Amino acid sequence: MVVDVQGQALSVLSKLAQADWPDRLKVRKSFEKLVYSGSRASFRLAAGRAASKPREACPAAGDLFDLSLTDEQQMLVDMLQGFALDVLRPAAHEADAQARVPAALINQAHELSLAHYGVGEAQGGLAGERTVLSNALIAESLAQGDFSLAAALLVPLSAANCIRRWGTAEQQAAWLPAFVAEERAPVFALAVNEPGVLADPAQPATRARKRGKHYLLDGEKTLVIAGLEASRLVVSAQAGDGPALFVVDAASKGVSRRAEPCMGLKACGLARIQLKGVKVPSDCRLAGKGFDFKAFLDLGALAFCALAVGTGQAALGFVMTYCNERQAFGEPISHRQGVAFMVADIAIELDAMRLLTWRACARAEAGLPFRREAYLARLLCAEKAMKIGSDAVQLLGGHGFTQEPPVERWYRDLRSVAVLAGGLHL
Amino acid sequence: MAALLGVMELCWGDVGLLLAMPRQGLGNAAIAAVANDEQLTRFGRTWAAMAITEPGCGSDSAAIRTTAVKDGDHYILNGEKIFVTSGERADSVVVWASLDKRLGRAAIKSFVVEKGTPGMTVTRLEKKLGIKASDTASISFSDCRVPAANLLGNAEIDVQKGFAGVMETFDNTRPLVAGMAVGVARAALERASELLSKAGCRFDYAKPLLSVSHAEATLYRLEAEWEAARLLTLKAAWMADNKLPNSKEASIAKAKAGRVASEVTLKCVELAGALGYGEDELLEKWARDSKILDIFEGTQQIQLLIVARRVLGKSSGELK
Ligand SMILES: Cc1cc2nc3c(=O)[nH]c(=O)nc-3n(C[C@H](O)[C@H](O)[C@H](O)COP(=O)(O)OP(=O)(O)OC[C@H]3O[C@@H](n4cnc5c(N)ncnc54)[C@H](O)[C@@H]3O)c2cc1C
Repeated sequence: MVVDVQGQALSVLSKLAQADWPDRLKVRKSFEKLVYSGSRASFRLAAGRAASKPREACPAAGDLFDLSLTDEQQMLVDMLQGFALDVLRPAAHEADAQARVPAALINQAHELSLAHYGVGEAQGGLAGERTVLSNALIAESLAQGDFSLAAALLVPLSAANCIRRWGTAEQQAAWLPAFVAEERAPVFALAVNEPGVLADPAQPATRARKRGKHYLLDGEKTLVIAGLEASRLVVSAQAGDGPALFVVDAASKGVSRRAEPCMGLKACGLARIQLKGVKVPSDCRLAGKGFDFKAFLDLGALAFCALAVGTGQAALGFVMTYCNERQAFGEPISHRQGVAFMVADIAIELDAMRLLTWRACARAEAGLPFRREAYLARLLCAEKAMKIGSDAVQLLGGHGFTQEPPVERWYRDLRSVAVLAGGLHL
Repeated sequence: MAALLGVMELCWGDVGLLLAMPRQGLGNAAIAAVANDEQLTRFGRTWAAMAITEPGCGSDSAAIRTTAVKDGDHYILNGEKIFVTSGERADSVVVWASLDKRLGRAAIKSFVVEKGTPGMTVTRLEKKLGIKASDTASISFSDCRVPAANLLGNAEIDVQKGFAGVMETFDNTRPLVAGMAVGVARAALERASELLSKAGCRFDYAKPLLSVSHAEATLYRLEAEWEAARLLTLKAAWMADNKLPNSKEASIAKAKAGRVASEVTLKCVELAGALGYGEDELLEKWARDSKILDIFEGTQQIQLLIVARRVLGKSSGELK
């Protein structure tokens, strides 16, 4: 197994070695270190596995509050921020206009092998014991380039996380290897949101009725990210014994899909999906030990919190530069408190969003209850992210209302944070 | 961090009482920050209040008018200080005064003036909105002779360095004031949720915000804001402990916690209705006590100015 893990990491490295853009972005060094340390970490874990249980969850008293990232996390952040700013940001305008992820970008993203972070070592991935915060950092970093593109690129990682966390060993063995294969990862879209006003994702209106060795699924899902191109759908539905998740072949009889254009998230290929008596084999119900539907929803909500933090950071950077350069009444507009205080508030609330999100993620990955923390993070991020989006447009005046600067796109995208209950998964 | 956690807990009990506790105040922080070794041994155990604010200036602390004139091995202080926390009870007062008003902020020095020094008159301010357990005093200095050795730090007027030294004290004390805000706000949140639970509200974080009662949604919102204030405050203290520059973060914490404490405590009065407004409950008291935390040690606006200057890279001359 050790050989497998290392082999996998090496194959990521060799893929990167053939790609040309890491040089252009001057990030190859951190790539190599990252992949190296990834494989090293895997070694350590694999070696330690025989002897001991996972590392102690409770750190020393002095470490109870610690905001420093591990070296590996820091490298991940540096690398993905470079990718976000140099690749995603310039591609975002066109992706929004064309309402799809450009093909070239899909290939580049494949080279990043993000899905490896969602696949356990047994299947050849890099996901160790603690992954939630690293996943959040991935989302945050990518979203500094563009919210919608980041969400689209996170679909394979989200699906892998979902199967790894909530599937049985057999289900993992069946589905996960494809996510770390040489070819592009298959598209499994998470279909969680429902169109009813005041819908509660914890009580899906979609029904799953047991019929012998099958379930029959009926219902409607909305705002499904990558819903049209998906080969499989991970559908939440109410079964006789509570809410459950089903991996549904998107080509099944009774599944109908249509594009669902929205205010923002254009590049995500949002889809409305109808399920009419869709027959799903019983063994396609995710049934891993400790299946926890609420935690599934919370980890989805936290993915959008992390994206909101990233895009909020992008907005702060953008208005900072703009307000210092733009002149009015004989001086930069940033010399006026009415302007400067709005910028200060963006900085304050952004940091608050980040800390609440990180905290919920840190508790989740330490195996502590995180319901409350996720709830509060989502609440705060939903409210403050929209305020940041709105203030960013305001600070650019009429120019903010046009599509030339990216702020109106962020405004449209950030509206989704309060609305989306699922579709991604940390 | 340890001090901060203590302050949070004590202010869950009572802000006024914490402020009235010996040796925790701003004066001691200033001594710890600027005193030389000899002064540290002399004043290390004293309880010192801090007197910066004057009738004519508060936020603009560089504009103080109190003067100190060298006379032999003494300085002679003249001027009027107001709003000195523990000014009556403390053993001594750290007073800001100018050696030469023409030289601006660089000439402002701090002096330890011991209680009972001739020429110093202390008057207690009796009536205020809240924190009544804490004494707030006016102190006037009229030809008050203070030993020259009581001038904290360097007596030279260094126009280059100027104000920065004295202001650095605030990087350590602002997170503490933010911690006070976090503490009192938690008391209000807990009591309000207790009262609302009796009225049938459920705080189980289970239903979407849009589907719970307005009272529940309001409390969830307040709790999220409070959690934000708390984590920002812990972050500022954590940075200080790890010797990371934290000026911006200290002001972020103070700005956020100050306004959140006011919002939380006031809303909790509203949430509890008539019960919350009455003096039988402590909710109305907390709503009065919390307001000062958004004012002293730099008002909300002053914190926003500091944050904005740091974020935008502006000087105090550019962004006033
Ligand atoms: C109970 C209590 C205890 C106190 N304890 C102490 C103490 O121990 N030691 C001490 O020295 N002081 C103490 N103070 C004083 C306190 O620090 C000041 O009141 C505070 O700094 C504000 O100063 P000010 O009252 O002069 O208000 P001002 O400076 O006159 O401000 C009035 C308003 O204008 C705003 N403002 C001022 N300048 C600007 C600007 N540049 N941009 C935008 N808005 C601005 C302020 O935010 C405020 O809203 C205490 C005050 C009280 C009430």
